[in-house]
Amino acid sequence: MTLTQTATLPLEVRDLTVVYREQPVLWDVDLAIPPGQLSAIVGPNGAGKSTLLKAVLGLVPRASGQVWFFGQSLREARARIGYVPQRNTVDWDFPTSVLDVVMMGLYGQLGWFRRPGKREREAAMHCLEQVSLQDLAHRQIAQLSGGQQQRVFLARALAQNADLYFMDEPFAGVDAVTEEAILQVLHGLKSQGKTVVVVHHDLETVREYFDHLTLLNVQVIASGPMEETFTSENLRRTYGAKARTGG
Amino acid sequence: MLELFTDYTLRNVALGSALLGVVGGALGTFAMLRRQSLLGDVLAHAALPGICLAFLLTGAKAPLVLLVGGGLAGWLAAWLALAVLRHTRLPEDSALGVMLSSFFGFGIALLTFIQQRDNANQAGLDQYIFGQAATIVAADVANFALLAGMALALLGLFYKEFKLTTFDPGYAQSLGLPVRGLGTLLTSLVVLAVMVGLQTVGVVLMAAMLIAPAAAARQWTDRLGVMLALSALFGALAGVSGALISASRENLPTGPLVVLAVSAILLVSLFFAPQRGLVWDWARTRQNRKRVHLERLLLDALALLQHGPLTPQALAQHRRESLAAATRHLEALEAQGWVRPGPQGYRLTPAGQQKALELQMALRSQPSVFPSP
Repeated sequence: MTLTQTATLPLEVRDLTVVYREQPVLWDVDLAIPPGQLSAIVGPNGAGKSTLLKAVLGLVPRASGQVWFFGQSLREARARIGYVPQRNTVDWDFPTSVLDVVMMGLYGQLGWFRRPGKREREAAMHCLEQVSLQDLAHRQIAQLSGGQQQRVFLARALAQNADLYFMDEPFAGVDAVTEEAILQVLHGLKSQGKTVVVVHHDLETVREYFDHLTLLNVQVIASGPMEETFTSENLRRTYGAKARTGG
Repeated sequence: MLELFTDYTLRNVALGSALLGVVGGALGTFAMLRRQSLLGDVLAHAALPGICLAFLLTGAKAPLVLLVGGGLAGWLAAWLALAVLRHTRLPEDSALGVMLSSFFGFGIALLTFIQQRDNANQAGLDQYIFGQAATIVAADVANFALLAGMALALLGLFYKEFKLTTFDPGYAQSLGLPVRGLGTLLTSLVVLAVMVGLQTVGVVLMAAMLIAPAAAARQWTDRLGVMLALSALFGALAGVSGALISASRENLPTGPLVVLAVSAILLVSLFFAPQRGLVWDWARTRQNRKRVHLERLLLDALALLQHGPLTPQALAQHRRESLAAATRHLEALEAQGWVRPGPQGYRLTPAGQQKALELQMALRSQPSVFPSP
């Protein structure tokens, strides 16, 4: 890998280690995510997939390691990074509307003290259209189904208009309509040349949905183009003997 | 002359209580949504040793000095409680409970110490336990306005950030917001609200002014901005009405009455608010049960009609119920416009046939919902 390539990589991780209490959850992770591709992070429960996203984004402390985004630090590249957390991390009974949540994606651009106005509402509405939720814009968020909640989080990230997206299990427990809507958004982002890193749990669909694969189990087992990486040998090393290779 | 004096007092008491209601209601909204109502209780109780220490150190009884002392102690207790939560494995209720009782116990000890010193000046410090609104004078109201104004101005300034960090702190942090700093700021604003309440309702009852208006307001709306305004309004309403009621008779304490007023508002809201109110909830459940019951009857009637006449006797046998019950059920179906009596028993009306058809379709697509007869 030449130096110029390194500088343009959307995400590069070196020697990342994360420790909760005594137990290492991530150990010496090296990662290079190629630009303009849909990239999946896959591994068994407790493999540290979500923790990897959080550590990369500075949401959990790192014991060691370095992370670059487009060759820059997190602070410098923050505006180019979008994040879709797991939807069960928030209280959906919070008194707010769908449109309000999507507008939160614009708070970073708005900066301190400025309130969202008409322009922000229109931008948020446009993002809701991309996930087919424009008709529910004024609903209280508790009235949404799980799949709709997931799409609201997706729309909020779209509002950030980032170049690199991190999504934590967006396909977990959603209906077929939502799964289709998320896929459309992913392909839309890819066609705009954006990079998407998705924590995924379903081996059946991973080969079909993504271009690039990282197999994780505390350490990186394998990482590379899908067809080279998705091998039964790699899956066995990630999951143990009981892995199903899908298809 | 006496009347004028009473009115002047009442005005100050009412104004002070209203200010407390507004600032307690507004900050309480965020405290409740962050599940930190109990933290408000901790820092209110923790104000007592601060008040006593401020008195011991300055020897003065200037209310503002004592309030600042109380506020600092409250802030320290909140900070300690959160630090304990963050760094130990103590459960939240234990950490908060321990912090509350240690600070309050220390406060009572200091109070006793002060009272045993031969110092005429000490009389009145114990008013901060349950509050003594009657002692509120115009200068106090000005202090309250200053504290409440500061808290509300900062709340307005950082409203958008507080909203996001309360709803989704992880995402807020990913946008680069200083989530922990904003949390500290919000806790500090709650401290300001507590300072406003120390003289009126005292350290023990202060938590009610943070929790009850917010909990009541949540019942009426699904919008944070509206909830904030309603909560402040409820707080103010309780403050003024508590002051007025306590002035209507002799020997009625203002603080506890303000708290009772806000509890009454909460009670009404819990029962009668549309959507979330218990009464409507109960009515909806009842109505749903009745609907499902009628639909079930209609399907039974349909099943009977496929083999013979639909009579009370047949229905009673089919459903294994008394003749009286079967007659009542057929009348209920008739009232619904689904069946009509005829010469050979009841028949389905067109509306009844339509409804039965819809039910059978639903039954086929979701067999688990309506077990087939």
